[in-house]
Amino acid sequence: MPAAGFLFSKKEWLYFTILAALLLVVMPLAVDVFRLNLIGKYLTYAFVAIGLVLLWGGGGILSLGQGIFFGLGGYCMAMFLKLEASTPAATKIQSTPGIPDFMDWNQITALPSWWQPFYSLTFTIVAIILVPSFFAFVIGAAMFKRRVGGVYFAIITQAVAAILTILIIGQQGYTGGVNGITDLRTLHGWDIRTDSAKLILYFVNALLLIGVLLLAQSVRISKFGRLLIAMRDREDRVRFSGYDVANFKIFIFCLAAAISAIGGAMFTLQVGFMSPSFVGIVPSIEMVIFAAVGGRLSLFGAIYGALLVNAAKTTFSESFPELWLFAMGGLFIAVVMAFPFGLAGVVKDHVEPFFAKALARFSKPSPEPQPQAAE
Amino acid sequence: MQVNEQLSKDFILSIDSLTVSFDGFKAVNDLSLYVDENEIRVIIGPNGAGKTTVLDLICGRTKATSGSIRFDGLELTKMREHEIVHAGVGRKFQNPSIYEDLTVFENLELSFPKGRSVFGALTFRRDREVIERVEEVAEMIFLKDHLHTDAAILSHGQKQWLEIGMLLIQKPRLLMLDEPVAGMSVAERIKTAELLNTITRNQSVIVIEHDMKFVEDIAHRVTVLHQGKVLSEGSMERVKHDPRVVEVYLGH
Repeated sequence: MPAAGFLFSKKEWLYFTILAALLLVVMPLAVDVFRLNLIGKYLTYAFVAIGLVLLWGGGGILSLGQGIFFGLGGYCMAMFLKLEASTPAATKIQSTPGIPDFMDWNQITALPSWWQPFYSLTFTIVAIILVPSFFAFVIGAAMFKRRVGGVYFAIITQAVAAILTILIIGQQGYTGGVNGITDLRTLHGWDIRTDSAKLILYFVNALLLIGVLLLAQSVRISKFGRLLIAMRDREDRVRFSGYDVANFKIFIFCLAAAISAIGGAMFTLQVGFMSPSFVGIVPSIEMVIFAAVGGRLSLFGAIYGALLVNAAKTTFSESFPELWLFAMGGLFIAVVMAFPFGLAGVVKDHVEPFFAKALARFSKPSPEPQPQAAE
Repeated sequence: MQVNEQLSKDFILSIDSLTVSFDGFKAVNDLSLYVDENEIRVIIGPNGAGKTTVLDLICGRTKATSGSIRFDGLELTKMREHEIVHAGVGRKFQNPSIYEDLTVFENLELSFPKGRSVFGALTFRRDREVIERVEEVAEMIFLKDHLHTDAAILSHGQKQWLEIGMLLIQKPRLLMLDEPVAGMSVAERIKTAELLNTITRNQSVIVIEHDMKFVEDIAHRVTVLHQGKVLSEGSMERVKHDPRVVEVYLGH
């Protein structure tokens, strides 16, 4: 048991400080707004990866459908922004002015009733959290109460992701179809496409990510976190110690979903659109790879994993678009075979001992340490 | 009905004509068994006699095909696993079933009956009461000096003790142990027997065991199962000399 400290151990606070400095100081100073916006986009995936560390690393529940929740959060945000962009004045050339353009193209003449509440920003913010959580609750209750787990659970989440994609694409008039919801402009009158808005959104996103990191850590160090590890190890023992295991799994699945959804909403804000290509099977699996590369047991690793894999994806897929998927697959296999605990594992096994040794060598020759000062 | 009520009051556990059938194979067949308060009952019998299945049925892991299991006035066959635990039944598995990624302290803490709901677990605090109780149980199970050891590196016997401790900390009224001394050294067996004899001042214990020396050390009464039925029951002395028991079990 690591020596107690508030939330993190001493070493983890060091990592936390490094991360916060990197996200809030180094990145904004080092790159231009265009690149910063790109990094902000990568960081929205880090939300999903943090959710996966809780769910998969902590609880041993592998979901291959986290894109569902990322997408639902993103779509909730996009619906609000789209309604704001579809004022009667801005859409007066449509046959029905005042509704989103894709609805007009699909011969829909009135805004569907379930779109109405998304005129309200408050409702939208609540929906971003609650809609995906509710969806996760339904899936989780159906699966975990029946004790479906492991590979079966992974496959079912994948199927749900596929179904949701098909649904979104099929219901073009209500969802924008395969193109998604595009041409988003303002948030409460504030133009989100300007450089200054992108800068501000980057910081909002980074701060939210840090907040979520702290929240996730507080869950991990609670008894709940230890129970998750216990369930991963010996589910039956937990059950026969008087816990209703399914409820714990449902909760963590919902929490991971809500966290992913925040990422999705921030994605929409920063990138300016949302489409089914962030919901389906492939993006969902990519998200698992982010967590795996970073180290599925490490919250910090999740963030670095999301950053690095996405940065690699951008550079690599610009030059060799058709090779990228193979590289991604290879990367996943390599991580699973050689570094099962990802970057975090490499740091723990190689980097930390190296520094510890260097530190020991550095401090040893110092003559006569003053005992008084040491106290 | 009147008589039945009377009967179930005297026993902490009464199993009546319990049957479970797996695809037609009756692993437990019309079994009746009664356990007194503060009794140590040992169940013995050849492999496949249905010993572990009986424990599975009591703790809710397997659902009975027919029959009833009454514990302290509650019908266990209709309850879910964690509810049965809450009612006061603790179960130790055949292979030590502990959380290897956690320390001894954490293993015991998770078994402490507080904060068992989702919200309770999120807000659970490691207060004085918890720490004292964990230390008290750790002392009983001879692991006081290993509280902050990872459970994975304990010896096999220590893992068995830890799991027993994880049950004791719940203060169950009925404790069920499936081969608690399997894989233990002779010294460890003696210590375990002592441990069981002290704890039964407040609880009933059902033990499945093959080690006859150990059975003699602890058993108040012995039940011999064979092909899902009770073959013989009574004191160790009596059971040992029952010709049917000698034939199917003790003879070889």
